[in-house]
Amino acid sequence: MRSTRQLVALVLVLGVAVLAAIPAVAQTVVGVTATEIKIGHTNPYSGPASAYGTIGKTIAAYFKKVNDEGGINGRKINFITYDDAYTPPKTVEMVRKLVEQDQVAALFQTLGTPTNTAIHKYVNQQKVPHLFVATGATKWDDPKNFPWTMGFQPNYQTEGRVYAAYILKNIPDAKIGILYQNDDYGKDYVKGMEDGLGAAAAKLIVLKQSHEVTDPTIDSQIINLKNSGANVFFNVTIPKFAVQAIRKAHDIGWKPTHFLNNVSSSYAAVLKPAGVEASRGLITALYTKVVTDPQWKNDKGFQDWVAFMKKYYPEGSLEDDSNFFGYSAAILMAHVIKQCGNDLSRENIMRQAENLKGVDLPFLLPGIKVDTSPTDHAPIQQERLAKFNGEYWELFGEIFDAFHK
Amino acid sequence: MDIFIQQIVSGLATGGIYASLALALVMIYQATDVVNFAQGELAMFATYICWSLINAGVTYWLAFIFTLVIAFIGGVVIERVVIRPVENAPILSIVMVTLGLLVICNSVAGWIWTYLQKPFPSPFSANPFKLGNVVFGSHDLGEIQVTLLVLLCIYLFFRFTPLGLAMRAAAHNPVSSRLVGIRVGWMLALGWGLAAVFGAVAGMMVAPVLTLEPNLMGGVQIYAFAAATLGGFTSPGGAVLGGFIVGVVENLVGTYVHFIGTELKFTVALALIIVVLLVKPTGLFGSTVVKRV
Amino acid sequence: MSASRLPRIVGLLALLVTACALPFVLSNFRLFQFSQVYIYAIAILGLNMLTGYNGQFSLGHGAFYAIGAYVSAIMMDHWNIAYGWTIPVAGVLCLVIGFLFGLPALRLEGLYLALATFSLALAVPQILKYFEHWTGGSQGIVLSKPNAPLGLPLNPDQWLYFLTLAILVLLFWVGANLLRGRVGRAIVAIRDNHIAAEAMGINTALYKSLVFGVSAAYTGVAGALSACVIAYVAPDSFNVFLSVTLLIGSVIGGLASISGAIFGAFFIQFVPNWAQDISKAAPWAIFGIFLIGFMYLMPFGIAGGIRLLWIRATRSRVQQEGRSAVPTQAHTTT
Repeated sequence: MRSTRQLVALVLVLGVAVLAAIPAVAQTVVGVTATEIKIGHTNPYSGPASAYGTIGKTIAAYFKKVNDEGGINGRKINFITYDDAYTPPKTVEMVRKLVEQDQVAALFQTLGTPTNTAIHKYVNQQKVPHLFVATGATKWDDPKNFPWTMGFQPNYQTEGRVYAAYILKNIPDAKIGILYQNDDYGKDYVKGMEDGLGAAAAKLIVLKQSHEVTDPTIDSQIINLKNSGANVFFNVTIPKFAVQAIRKAHDIGWKPTHFLNNVSSSYAAVLKPAGVEASRGLITALYTKVVTDPQWKNDKGFQDWVAFMKKYYPEGSLEDDSNFFGYSAAILMAHVIKQCGNDLSRENIMRQAENLKGVDLPFLLPGIKVDTSPTDHAPIQQERLAKFNGEYWELFGEIFDAFHK
Repeated sequence: MDIFIQQIVSGLATGGIYASLALALVMIYQATDVVNFAQGELAMFATYICWSLINAGVTYWLAFIFTLVIAFIGGVVIERVVIRPVENAPILSIVMVTLGLLVICNSVAGWIWTYLQKPFPSPFSANPFKLGNVVFGSHDLGEIQVTLLVLLCIYLFFRFTPLGLAMRAAAHNPVSSRLVGIRVGWMLALGWGLAAVFGAVAGMMVAPVLTLEPNLMGGVQIYAFAAATLGGFTSPGGAVLGGFIVGVVENLVGTYVHFIGTELKFTVALALIIVVLLVKPTGLFGSTVVKRV
Repeated sequence: MSASRLPRIVGLLALLVTACALPFVLSNFRLFQFSQVYIYAIAILGLNMLTGYNGQFSLGHGAFYAIGAYVSAIMMDHWNIAYGWTIPVAGVLCLVIGFLFGLPALRLEGLYLALATFSLALAVPQILKYFEHWTGGSQGIVLSKPNAPLGLPLNPDQWLYFLTLAILVLLFWVGANLLRGRVGRAIVAIRDNHIAAEAMGINTALYKSLVFGVSAAYTGVAGALSACVIAYVAPDSFNVFLSVTLLIGSVIGGLASISGAIFGAFFIQFVPNWAQDISKAAPWAIFGIFLIGFMYLMPFGIAGGIRLLWIRATRSRVQQEGRSAVPTQAHTTT
């Protein structure tokens, strides 16, 4: 050590850090008082996944609306959200802060697969409700081993299976080419497709091409896929790459039956920039109303959402499906809190979350509902196929229900 | 054979993207000896300004010119106001300041324009251009042409204009330059201004392909560093060539070397650069600096 | 310019006693954060040795951190080896890898070395995902937090705090002895004037590669510890931003300084959190402002700033150096 000055400085730093450690006030029911309930949340507000940060902002705006209207059963929602920049160690730190320092009643809509994996064991050991996690991975529906964790959206593997079932039934001479992002999101979709194809997978899939989220372009992969002779294209990419994929395929004259993953189904963010002509004929599986789809213009749920956005989150985009998603997820959480009545203990919150029957949310397609039970921790499991007809996603076929498959 | 050529063409197009930002990086390095980590983010910010102008109704080329002017002024101001106080600090401290600029730019851009991606128009036609069985995207071709044009301008400027000579002198030997009357401080600022202009050009060329969002340049900047390292940080032409080489090699490796495939092609590109550095430690076209002991 | 040794030793002991008392005063969450700080401090000291004392710029230390973390995770997960053994193994492995990397790095100077190491850091996530069978691919490896051994009445957070503190003290003591002795002087001499050092008989090639190895070993140990503390490894935890963060910590703390590593660790752990508290809308802009502000006020880092204050306070004369790669503090290292 250089000198006593530096020692003093170090002690001061340590001292400040210690003083900043405010011991939390113990409460009889964790995170709940007569006038408020604390809900914890982490989101990537910065970093490579920052596009999803808007979900957290929408949820915060919705809870503000609920509070403005008097709260739920006389209690206001204290929504505490932190940035984890999509790095698991940061998520661990922030979630520990929420649970141990802020003493929240429940965690809600924490986003990301690796980030949620990092806290999965911890929240179950601490017996904190870990509700409606914002990821499509399959592992959150495991009430036997992780009774406090519950998923939300239909998982990616289910969607892959939906497409596989359609291919097996309607395209017998299929030669499938897959483009996927090289991470758990991409690989989960691919697994779903492969599982759905069963024994025929090895024969039907002629080429798989991956890419990193940091790659600037994916033109090279599209060229290879065309060259493999594939007549079916399973496109597992996020919006900015989906645009490139659709455009490039069109440019090089490749016209396969093109399955686009749900994550990139936005008209404004993907189909229009890629070109309406290039996007015609694309097939996707939907469980929600796509916000820029003209067929929902007069739908009540949609109009309520628009009014909400204009009043409570005016800087949020009305073309971003994530905002409709966050709004609906927040409504579901408010529904659970309401169902709890006056017993907002963590056990009861979990019990009520496991007791949702036929709940309708504004962003769900007609016919699709939220259902949970103590053995079913996957709230939304239904999807419908849709084909882009140049103007909107035209729904076709029946509702595919993963629960009753 | 067709696919081979197509992959090369596609690689050149992608490489053009890397090359355009690499030029801006090399420009600042040549003028000021600083590697500007914020170059990509500044380029992204300038592109957003262009987008805002176009959204407000300004025609494309007018918005383009306005943006270049704003970028130039912005670059000069940043150098004078932000970099000047640490001019004489250790080099890593200056790097820290550019890192600070990087996060500030990224964060402020996300705050002003949100993180939702926005389509950005291209001045070139949307129809692809076919030569036999090989397809060339018109934007890709246009973009490569713009990059080469910028390179030509840089070359002519530094080689044949008195101002260019003054800038080179200021970077090479600030003390002697002051003695002959060159205002070294303003030469540095000019260097930043010009680099900001080239960065803005890169951003506006890249945004139609990659879609405009605050993380637009993140991946591109990494590749631009790789390109400039390969070509040599002291050579603008080398940086451009480096960009093309990285783009093409990556594509060919991803296509033809099956056990690597697409899952490791970026790693291979990086490994290639390290190998080249071992043989030529200052890049393919970089010049070794001879220092007096 | 050296104070007598007694106040220094007393001061260090006082600090150590305070640090040991914290687990019985602070919440588990704070202990977790402090453990993270100690881990970062070890990693940053490693980086300081290489970049600060030896002048070899590294933008890729995140790679060694990742290697250490994954070695530890794989040993614990695949072969059920106790976490205690994984830490020295991670250190030794990184020592070897760092040394091997240091050999070709001898040919590279300044900027190019920085970019070569940068490439290393960039390649890490892709490589980790590729060897899925070992690394768990993008899903990563979930681990369990170790319990205190020998039935000590400590919870896992307290135990891990003591473990990281103990390893920190040990490695800092070793580092201080290395850097203040002959080896340290040789390393600094190589940084300040490569050719003169050669002329004086220092085997620069050997020293530079060794420093690379030791530096990597320190960061690898830090990585292994982080695997125990976070109990989860995934490629997303080890992206290029980690390497940049370590460098930030190193420069902010003070490059050629041992105490600087601790200051830097506190900075990178707590300042982003403070930035979030200050501004929800653009927290990283606040962080950037902090970063730039620190560099304006203390271009030689916190340790350097404190030293300057001390010098001014005791009114000693100071040699002003012109712009050099790192502050030349050949005889005034901490």
